[in-house]
Amino acid sequence: MRVVIPLIAVIILFMLAYFGVEAAGLQTLFGVVFPYIALVIFIVGLIYKIVRWAMVPVPFRIPTTCGQQKSFPWIKPSKLDNPSGTLGVIGRMALEVLCFRSLFRNTRTEIQKDGPKVAYASNKWLWLGGMAFHWSMLIVSIRHLRFFTEPVPGVIIGLQDLDGFFQVGVPVFYATSIIFLLAVGWLFLRRVVSPQLRYISLANDYFPLFLILGIGTTGFLMRHLMKTDIVAIKNLTLGLLSFNPAAPAEASGMFYAHLFLVCVLFAYFPFGKLTHLAGVFLSPTRNLSNNSRVVRHINPWNYPVKVHTYAEYEEEFGEKMKKAGIPLDKE
Amino acid sequence: MAEAKFDEMDHYKQAELMKFDFRPPPTGWMDTPTDFRPGSWIYPGKAKHLEYLDLPNPREWAVTDEDWQLPKNWKEIVLEGMRERLSRYRTFKIFMDICVRCGACADKCHFFIGGGDPKNMPVMRAELLRSIYRKDFTALGKVFGKLAGGRELTVDVIKEWFYYFFQCTECRRCSVFCPYGIDTAEITIIGRELLGLLGLYVNWVIEPVANCFRTGNHLGIQPHGLKDTLEFFAEDIEDSTGIKVDIPLNKKGAEVLFVTPSGDFLADPGTYTCMGYMALFHEIGLDYTWSTYASEGGNFGLFTSHETIKRLNAKIYAEAKRLGVKWILGGECGHMWRVLNQYMDTMNGPPDFLEVPKSPLTGTVFDNARSTKMVHIMEFTADLIRHGKLKLDPSRNDHIKVTFHDSCNPARAMGILEEPRYVLKNVCNNFYEMPPNTIREQTFCCGGGAGLGTDENMEMRLRGGLPRGNAVRYVQDKFGVNELACMCAIDRATLTTVCDYWAPPVRVTGIHELVSNALQMKGAKDREVNFRLEEIEHWKQKAAPAGRKEGSSDV
Ligand code: SF4
Ligand code: SF4
Repeated sequence: MRVVIPLIAVIILFMLAYFGVEAAGLQTLFGVVFPYIALVIFIVGLIYKIVRWAMVPVPFRIPTTCGQQKSFPWIKPSKLDNPSGTLGVIGRMALEVLCFRSLFRNTRTEIQKDGPKVAYASNKWLWLGGMAFHWSMLIVSIRHLRFFTEPVPGVIIGLQDLDGFFQVGVPVFYATSIIFLLAVGWLFLRRVVSPQLRYISLANDYFPLFLILGIGTTGFLMRHLMKTDIVAIKNLTLGLLSFNPAAPAEASGMFYAHLFLVCVLFAYFPFGKLTHLAGVFLSPTRNLSNNSRVVRHINPWNYPVKVHTYAEYEEEFGEKMKKAGIPLDKE
Repeated sequence: MAEAKFDEMDHYKQAELMKFDFRPPPTGWMDTPTDFRPGSWIYPGKAKHLEYLDLPNPREWAVTDEDWQLPKNWKEIVLEGMRERLSRYRTFKIFMDICVRCGACADKCHFFIGGGDPKNMPVMRAELLRSIYRKDFTALGKVFGKLAGGRELTVDVIKEWFYYFFQCTECRRCSVFCPYGIDTAEITIIGRELLGLLGLYVNWVIEPVANCFRTGNHLGIQPHGLKDTLEFFAEDIEDSTGIKVDIPLNKKGAEVLFVTPSGDFLADPGTYTCMGYMALFHEIGLDYTWSTYASEGGNFGLFTSHETIKRLNAKIYAEAKRLGVKWILGGECGHMWRVLNQYMDTMNGPPDFLEVPKSPLTGTVFDNARSTKMVHIMEFTADLIRHGKLKLDPSRNDHIKVTFHDSCNPARAMGILEEPRYVLKNVCNNFYEMPPNTIREQTFCCGGGAGLGTDENMEMRLRGGLPRGNAVRYVQDKFGVNELACMCAIDRATLTTVCDYWAPPVRVTGIHELVSNALQMKGAKDREVNFRLEEIEHWKQKAAPAGRKEGSSDV
């Protein structure tokens, strides 16, 4: 159920847009109204989310330290994995966000029952898949800026040329498109194939995967298998940007389906786990330096608690202390 | 021989214990009931302790009871408690929101590795709470309910929380591997706070808390008892070395207040480490004092609630102020250092009545403790050794092949990794590391931290101890390792069981016990026995023919 329902949902979403345009002629709804709504939900929702997070205080400085602390000049501290200052934190976060540092550590644990023996093997597949997925998605997104700019900036054209470096096919296949589709497919497969992962996965994990897979596939189909009127699309995107939109009838149903799935993704974004994109920057176990013995960290809601004072203690044990010859405050 | 009971190690045959695999059961996790089998949970907190601490809903109850006698409005209490914590802890809020269920943390938890229960995958443990969060606090969950991974808060959910939040040792290993640093320990801490609002505590934690509140230490040792204990230690030190060490107690105007976990007052082998401190301080002539009021470095508040941490921890600074010391030195302990490093100053500071710690022997200023004014004994001793202030003969430990267990908290909530190794290498000639996936920031828990180290929890302790025990076994087979050193009082108690079970006959030792073996004390007789009062063969051989005069060893 957790797999099937999201799959059906994405198929329905696809058909809605495809037939909505092809059969019912709802170009304006799918080409203009939904993109604006989705964008507003995305921006407002994500900002709201981030502000809500940021408004919650960080009462304690609790970084997870993954290396040697800074103590003596003669012991080399681990500047990135156990940062003692802002620079180290920036480094740690950069490594985490750009290179998925923690996933890179991943191991696989196996048990041989005789002995028994616990063995750990390096396991970088998730890291590789994650990197491939996120980076190719970023590059594909940047490439898409060619539809939103006129003239198209040189950087984007350069990136595009680099991406199509192998010059295979007409129009050329972009390396990132292929990597992207493979990576999403792999992320999906591991979720259903690995028994533990299948066990923990929710519909909310499959839904964005199918959505992204749908977006990727429709995009790929449009570029390589179907005729798509690029000029018409560009008119639409530029129109959207200049708040003077008109949804062209020439663009295919496939294009509108592609666009609609993107809209759904944008609108869904602030509500689920996809917010990890922003949340990772705010995670207190990673973005704080380990300097709580050097600088006092302030808890804004620190409140007085009931303690057992020394006076009360001496009140109770004073006699015994006196007998044992332990010095007292009283007398 | 009588049949071993479920709270005894021998009850569990290794082959039986290993009959599991990592495959989850066919039923979904929301529909799999909790199996409260004996040996896998801990007795509830007794009413008198809750009363003493002013905690809610004190009553006598049993885990096996159908009715846990929750307050009538328990649901409201829990949801309100969650709401409050979501607005107080960014960690909690973010960790509830951003987990992508990638599974990187899944096989990193010692309880999952040693037991295969899918709800012991860190991600699952968090989901137990997250599912309620989704249902009651998120838009998607409110609309889509179970489809969006939400579920209804029921009494069975509370029971499940109790079971699994007391099957997490708050070791943070999962957090190292999570791409967002999601720290299941933090979720467990908050989960236990929520349970606490309903009066659901375990006695193994809450009794020490009540003791500590009253007498100053977890064990409930009263002031005169502590004096007796330390005097016993002094006698054993004298038997071993011929030297009579002082026992400064509640001494006003001392330079340093020394605080260590009380486990070292009572439980072997921690006691020998405690003697190690006493011998060391005597040897270097440190002007220090023990305190009977702040006679606990550990803090079982960490296993109870943030508020309890603060209530117990307050004594340390208060006592330092009352005694007028200059700075504080802390002994070998794990979770104690999590509190001292990450909570103490924030909760009970600033200690502006203290001075920045400075070693009276080496002149080293401990700049890294500039604000808390509290130094780790391993930093202190490493600095002494570095400056040649100790006369050490590592060959005195030649009968020992030692490996080192990084305790979770010093490793992952502080990063004190090299100091203990430096000390070890200076006092032992035979030091071997366990495999890299099991040490430093990737170290494995002893299986009994965070208040789980009690005998009625024996099955889980043995399971949780598997990865550590197995790594010890590895170096035992490969290098002949016969002692496991650690700098944590809980470890010294729990790893003894783990080693007895998974890697016998490896023994457990504290680092300062090894220091005391190697330490050539001024005026000591030719030692033939260590602080355990065991005769060491090669010490005797050395002692006999050399026939050195007393006091010659320090020239
Ligand atoms: S590693 Fe982190 S994000 Fe991945 S499942 Fe575990 S807690 Fe969630
Ligand atoms: S903190 Fe430790 S015990 Fe708890 S879930 Fe993580 S790895 Fe397991």
